Amino acid sequence: MDPVIQLDNLSVRLGGRDILRGLDGALGGRTIGLLGPNGAGTSTLINTLLGFHPPSAGSARVLGHSILTGKNDIRRLVGYMPENDCFIGGMTAVEFVKFMAELSGLPPQAALERAHEALFYVGLGESRYRQVGTYSLGMKQLAKLAQSIVHGPKLLILDEPTNGLDPTARQRMIKLVKEMRDSGEMRILLCSHLLRDVEETCEEVVILKAGRIVHRSNLDEERRLNKRFLEIETHGERNGFAEAAVGLGCEFEDLGAGRLRLTLGEGVLIPDIYRIAAERNLQLRRLSHRRDTLEEIFMKAMEAPDGRL
Amino acid sequence: MAVYKRNYKSYDGALTPAWSRFWILPRHAWKGLFRQRFLTIFYVLCLFYPLGCLLAIYLNANLGFLAQFIRVPDGGILEIGPEFFLTYTRVQGTFAFLMTAFVGPGLVSPDLVNNALPLYFCRPFTRVEYVLGKMAVIAVLLSTITWIPGVALFLVHSSLMGWTWMRDNWWLANSMVLGSVLWIFAVSMLALAISAWVRWKIVAGAVLALWFFLGAGLAQAINSAIDTQKGYWLDLGHGINRLWRDLFDIPERVETITSEEAGASIAILCALCLLLLWKKIRAYEVVKG
Repeated sequence: MDPVIQLDNLSVRLGGRDILRGLDGALGGRTIGLLGPNGAGTSTLINTLLGFHPPSAGSARVLGHSILTGKNDIRRLVGYMPENDCFIGGMTAVEFVKFMAELSGLPPQAALERAHEALFYVGLGESRYRQVGTYSLGMKQLAKLAQSIVHGPKLLILDEPTNGLDPTARQRMIKLVKEMRDSGEMRILLCSHLLRDVEETCEEVVILKAGRIVHRSNLDEERRLNKRFLEIETHGERNGFAEAAVGLGCEFEDLGAGRLRLTLGEGVLIPDIYRIAAERNLQLRRLSHRRDTLEEIFMKAMEAPDGRL
Repeated sequence: MAVYKRNYKSYDGALTPAWSRFWILPRHAWKGLFRQRFLTIFYVLCLFYPLGCLLAIYLNANLGFLAQFIRVPDGGILEIGPEFFLTYTRVQGTFAFLMTAFVGPGLVSPDLVNNALPLYFCRPFTRVEYVLGKMAVIAVLLSTITWIPGVALFLVHSSLMGWTWMRDNWWLANSMVLGSVLWIFAVSMLALAISAWVRWKIVAGAVLALWFFLGAGLAQAINSAIDTQKGYWLDLGHGINRLWRDLFDIPERVETITSEEAGASIAILCALCLLLLWKKIRAYEVVKG
């Protein structure tokens, strides 16, 4: 898969401070999560990719276009949902989204049609003739999402899309992001402080700390790998079980107090583990996959002295 | 895609040319502006004086008809020449300024208050296009009450007086257009800059009016205090009047500042306004320190 974002020693200095420091790497997942504590530079990275801030050193490419020379090409292909509350005053949702579509280059008739579609798609169909200024916070978030997808972008940048949403609205937003991801029509860059949002929607995650990338991982890959690790609590004689497990091609570690850690060998399935335990009359009282949550990954990244895992 | 399907689908249709997109701003803005009854009434009022002028031109060319009702002097009721078109430009220029005071403050400040600028600039739409679009809102509106009816009056009078009059006086139409365009450009730049820095519409309107009247007052105070005429550099109204007189070839009764100085003062004001706009019109403000 071609990289959506290619960072090449990207540094940004704003207001006399270094905000981003030499970011490198290629991000290519369908959905990329951008994480970081407050002040880590996540929003600055987004703004730099959109050409709002000039890099002080290095460069980056978005969908193959340089942020230095191809700003307009990038903006043509990108949809952006900002973090802050933002809208055009004195307009209904249809007028607002149509206006935004026209600014993206759609002819008026097509813009109107797409505005209706986008508003129905995000769930604001029934209230599309209301002034955006009178919307609740959740509805404003959805209106922002509608304006960001109305022109059919190839990359959608969502900055804190679930900010201020109640659990139902949050679920709805997450569902929409997943639907758009699965449509295959666009890539998504999602910046959020809510790790659960990133975990639920993203395939790839990048963690920033103090303007540096401190961790990058493919969540799908990690999830797959985690499925190979088992933690088991047993009761009874374990020696025969351990030998049998090793015989199947598993790696074995005794954690004491009846607890074992197994790394499943190639082709070994959990029913095989049940079978060898039953054959040796060993009680399995608990069996779980190791689950290295995003929160654990994030906390480790934050705790490491230089920020790197 | 039909609405009922409610699936996400990308857009593959044709796009409008990039150069034409700044027109989207005035199109939407006018729709909103003319929803306000007060502004619509004021706009209509602004066209009363040109209508009066049209009537005067017609009657002046049909003295026989007028003589049935009143005693007509030998030279006609009025002379249609530089003085007539200068007065027209001045009157309509005043209306244009008032219109700017009503319309201008609502152009940029709502976008700043509602954090809308990132929404504009994350699209293939530049800051220059934004300023051009916002300026076009005022410029086109003011053109329809200043030089466009003025040129229409000139053409009507030309049609009544004949080709020779039109050929000999073509410069009057040029002066009217140039003088009005200069005024429109200056007041719209001033209105946009104030609107970008003063977030409350009413206050922005008041600042614009104050700029005009306080500038004149300050100019007089400086002139009196240090016995000079250079205070007029601060008086926008005096500056544009000086230029208009020059354009219509009507000498000043009392020499104050030269037309070059008047032009320079307006150019400096416009440059300052551009600088202020450039500092404020950006997707995100960067806080220093």
